[in-house]
Amino acid sequence: MPTLTAKKSPRPTKRAQGRPLPELIFGDLWEFDPSPETADPKLKARYDLFIDGKFVAPASGKYFDSINPANEQKIAELALGGAADVEAAYRAAQKAQETVWGKMPGRERAKYLYRIARLLQDRAREFAIAETMDNGKPIKETRDFDVPMAAAHFFYHAGWADKLEYVAPGRRVAPLGVVGQVIPWNFPLLMLAWKIAPAIAMGNCVVIKPATNTPISAVKLAEIFQDAGLPPGVVNVITGPGSTGGLIMTHPTAAKIAFTGSTEVGKVIMRSVAGTDKRMTMELGGKAANIVFDDAPLDQAVEGIVNGIFFNQGQVCCAGSRLLVHEPVAERVVAKLKNRLRALRVGNPLDKNTDVGAIVSRGQLETVQDYINIGVKEGAELWQPPCRLPAKGFYLPPTIFTGVSQSHRIAREEIFGPVLAIITFRTVDEAIEKANNTAYGLSAGVWTDKGSRILKMSTELKAGVVWANTFNKFDPTSPFGGYKESGFGREGGRQGLLDYCKLV
Amino acid sequence: MTRLPITKTPKVYVGGAFIRSESARVYPLKDAAGNFYANIPQCTRKDLRNAVEAAAKAGPGWAKRTAYNRGQILYRLGEMLEARAAEMAEAIMIGGASKAAAAREVEASVDRLIYYAGWTDKYEQVLGNVNPVAAPYFNFTVTEPMGIVGVLAPEEAPLLALVSLVAPAITSGNTVVALASTAQPYPAILLGEMLATSDLPGGVVNLLTGFRKEMVPTFATHTHLRALVGVADAEERKALALGAADSIKRLSLTKAEEPTDWFADAAQSVYAVRATLEFKTTWHPIGA
Amino acid sequence: MLARSPHAALRRLFDEVGTVDAVGVEERVAKYGTRSIKKTSKLWGLKTAVSMVDLTTLEGKDTPGKVASLCQKALQPHDAALGVPQVAAVCVYPAMVKHARKALGRDATVRIASVATAFPSGQAPLKTRLAEVKAAVADGADEIDMVINRGAFLAGEFGEMQDEIRAVVEACGQARLKVILEVSELETYDNIRAASFLAMRVIRPGDFIKTSTGKTSLNATLGNNQVMIEAIRDYYLDTGIAIAMKPAGGIRTAKQALTFLIAIKETLGDAWLNNTRYRFGASALLNDLIRQIEKEKTGAYQAPYYFSEATESY
Repeated sequence: MPTLTAKKSPRPTKRAQGRPLPELIFGDLWEFDPSPETADPKLKARYDLFIDGKFVAPASGKYFDSINPANEQKIAELALGGAADVEAAYRAAQKAQETVWGKMPGRERAKYLYRIARLLQDRAREFAIAETMDNGKPIKETRDFDVPMAAAHFFYHAGWADKLEYVAPGRRVAPLGVVGQVIPWNFPLLMLAWKIAPAIAMGNCVVIKPATNTPISAVKLAEIFQDAGLPPGVVNVITGPGSTGGLIMTHPTAAKIAFTGSTEVGKVIMRSVAGTDKRMTMELGGKAANIVFDDAPLDQAVEGIVNGIFFNQGQVCCAGSRLLVHEPVAERVVAKLKNRLRALRVGNPLDKNTDVGAIVSRGQLETVQDYINIGVKEGAELWQPPCRLPAKGFYLPPTIFTGVSQSHRIAREEIFGPVLAIITFRTVDEAIEKANNTAYGLSAGVWTDKGSRILKMSTELKAGVVWANTFNKFDPTSPFGGYKESGFGREGGRQGLLDYCKLV
Repeated sequence: MTRLPITKTPKVYVGGAFIRSESARVYPLKDAAGNFYANIPQCTRKDLRNAVEAAAKAGPGWAKRTAYNRGQILYRLGEMLEARAAEMAEAIMIGGASKAAAAREVEASVDRLIYYAGWTDKYEQVLGNVNPVAAPYFNFTVTEPMGIVGVLAPEEAPLLALVSLVAPAITSGNTVVALASTAQPYPAILLGEMLATSDLPGGVVNLLTGFRKEMVPTFATHTHLRALVGVADAEERKALALGAADSIKRLSLTKAEEPTDWFADAAQSVYAVRATLEFKTTWHPIGA
Repeated sequence: MLARSPHAALRRLFDEVGTVDAVGVEERVAKYGTRSIKKTSKLWGLKTAVSMVDLTTLEGKDTPGKVASLCQKALQPHDAALGVPQVAAVCVYPAMVKHARKALGRDATVRIASVATAFPSGQAPLKTRLAEVKAAVADGADEIDMVINRGAFLAGEFGEMQDEIRAVVEACGQARLKVILEVSELETYDNIRAASFLAMRVIRPGDFIKTSTGKTSLNATLGNNQVMIEAIRDYYLDTGIAIAMKPAGGIRTAKQALTFLIAIKETLGDAWLNNTRYRFGASALLNDLIRQIEKEKTGAYQAPYYFSEATESY
């Protein structure tokens, strides 16, 4: 590379032809010993439904197993909730809302939410381990992100409960009544917090179903509801299969429903409540473009790309699953990305050094593997860093595809796994066009040194969340939600509260 | 023979430490029956000067904490006060209040702290905004704490009024130097201990005790105090306003002769937070 | 002719080598702190760190006796049964080099590094700075730690800055060179990256770039270490030239040292995990490393006063 001085440098600065390219060695010179998190997740062998402040057996008398995707071992048995249980839950919720919760002054409701936040902080380690065992995500993530963020959501919303006159300027707000909520398996505890905290801060009561794959944090959180003295019926937890979720979404008592999950299922739910008066919010899928310009700080952009698609094993609705990279720096970015991926550690999620854990289930693993095969068949070029995957459990190496075109299925469909499709662009307008060329619109990333370009991109991108020079950042104060088929409604911030009240 | 308890030496909480006045002066605190209770530090303008310096040192760090962190600390202050509610009620009873009235004042003070704890990460969403200017600029208005705020507490409601004046100021990242009630200083002495155990960094809140006549003139003229909030009588208000003019202090004072009902909902509001906030508007072009 | 502004020159340099997002860097290095290094890997890390220490004394009140004592510790940091390796080098002022050579002997495997070029400020005429380098090498220094001309850098006089480094390279002869950027005075990560490239382009394979003199209030941090090793990596991948790295000052605990080694492992890879390519400029660090090695061996936490020169007995 030429220097800026007039003098010639004393040694050749270009590689002589024929010499091998310099490479970095990411080998096993300094192998880390296993460092498993060994604290007790305090799991019971069997959990019941949580209705009206008590743990009760399911009407069916049946239970289903929850397994640990890291080693395919059973963790616990969960109650198989059905129609009768959903009915009982809505009855309890309605009674609680009309006689207790809806009448309670906001500042007292706030204190319950504060207690829940504090108790979750007290038991943070236990919840982190349980979540890792149920979902397969690394303990580093549950410990440093999922659990603290869930506590923060309760803490933030606690403070709104007695300040509701500021939520809608010019109008008073009132709770909707009882809300039915169904949440996904990718952030089980955090999704509980995102749904429950604003709903009850606003004075509503809740019937909620965790994902069939990941019910553990919900029933443990119910223990905290009891310890906090939350009045019976304010939150009711029904574990069970997808069909039970459908019952919760369509129950006549629900004044509002909230769903986070795939766009496909979101459409099914919307059809099933068509013709009713139910309010709803949908937080659905995504195929976010992470856009890197040639003036971006490249190493930090690479970190953002990695965070964007390998955080939570890529099982994130707002994942940066398409990398749109400016042609002048495409080769350099991909080279840096490959070096960075070689330092990622895939393995036992309970090991404190693991960066990429297990995929949540065999079914999801197969789905993602199918997409990888499709990508190869479509003609894109596959690359994966060398990793040693555990023999048991559901694991995939981080995967990138170069040579991807907009028409490829791997560029259009949501894969929901650690697979990145890399596409190039030449101009700002082309980047915008490619980024918006999708039915989804949840999130986007922009990497550039130029402030005015950030603001232009933010203006033009059809996405509910735009991250500039960062990615996958969340905060209880920051509204989150999508455009187009990524859903409607917002969670977090003042905007999020408006979806849980009526204006009077 | 019954055991003789040892008595506590009241000290004031300044710069995260508990100190006597630099003058070494004290004034006696007597209970409602006229019995001696304790010697209270009789602070001077030099104590005020030192407190302002401590507040200045703590300011940048406190303002840079995340709003969430400030909220958690204020909440913890509430936890500390709730845990020692009985002791604090006794401090209020020194002045003659009934047990019930004292307990009510402590409860209201805890709730007030929790109220402001819940504002730290929300007032920005209510008071700040994005402005749709008629040109291709992104234009946004954000708030910023003013800096060091002087607080003059009234004689009545020795805990609740003090908390109601201090909490909104520190919610946003200001630091505070407060003068407690002269007649009923003991709650402020205890409040200092609770502040010290609440994870609040030293110097963010500094509580002084003493006589208003000796302290108010320096509150008025110390140019590093950027705002003054609290209660003052007509003569004091005049003096404070004249002093404020010299350095363009912002004043937010209520009249001592028209006492506030500190227990009312109107005594807590996001507008109390607003009283010690600056507003900054930034423009940035939107374009490739 | 257009007036040359320092700003324009700097901007062109940034465009060439790239800029750095500070928040992003801090986030990246925070991840290193979450690594959990235990047992055998911890022992390996601790011993490797010891072997990378440039055991330093740079005080006005240094005496031949102090330097001799330092050299003894460098040769044998603790009682032999613990298996602690020797350190990489001792680092002293030029006037002390001959005393270090006397204490270490001619064939020591522990090297002698001398600061030179009017360390730490560098504010002396070039002639005297170069004379200092030559004198230190003549007295027996194996390595020279120089300071760059920060004034020239900040004024956009990159040519002058690089010419001075070239002159020092020449004055070093066979001695290895470490180029101190003085990160606290460069202030921004953009400047640190740019200065790293300017220096690397005029030194030899195996020479070092170094964070700081240790004489200001901000020394080596994970952040500036990261910026510099990313520059080293990019330069290596572009040219095949391997430059070495030395963070100095501010690394006092074994835990910190291990975290810096993790940064190396994940950014530069295995080839930089040795004392030819990485050093720690430190003094108190050595005892903490030995304490932790002892703890790994016995299982018990150690009091500091069991280790020489850490005599406070509280």
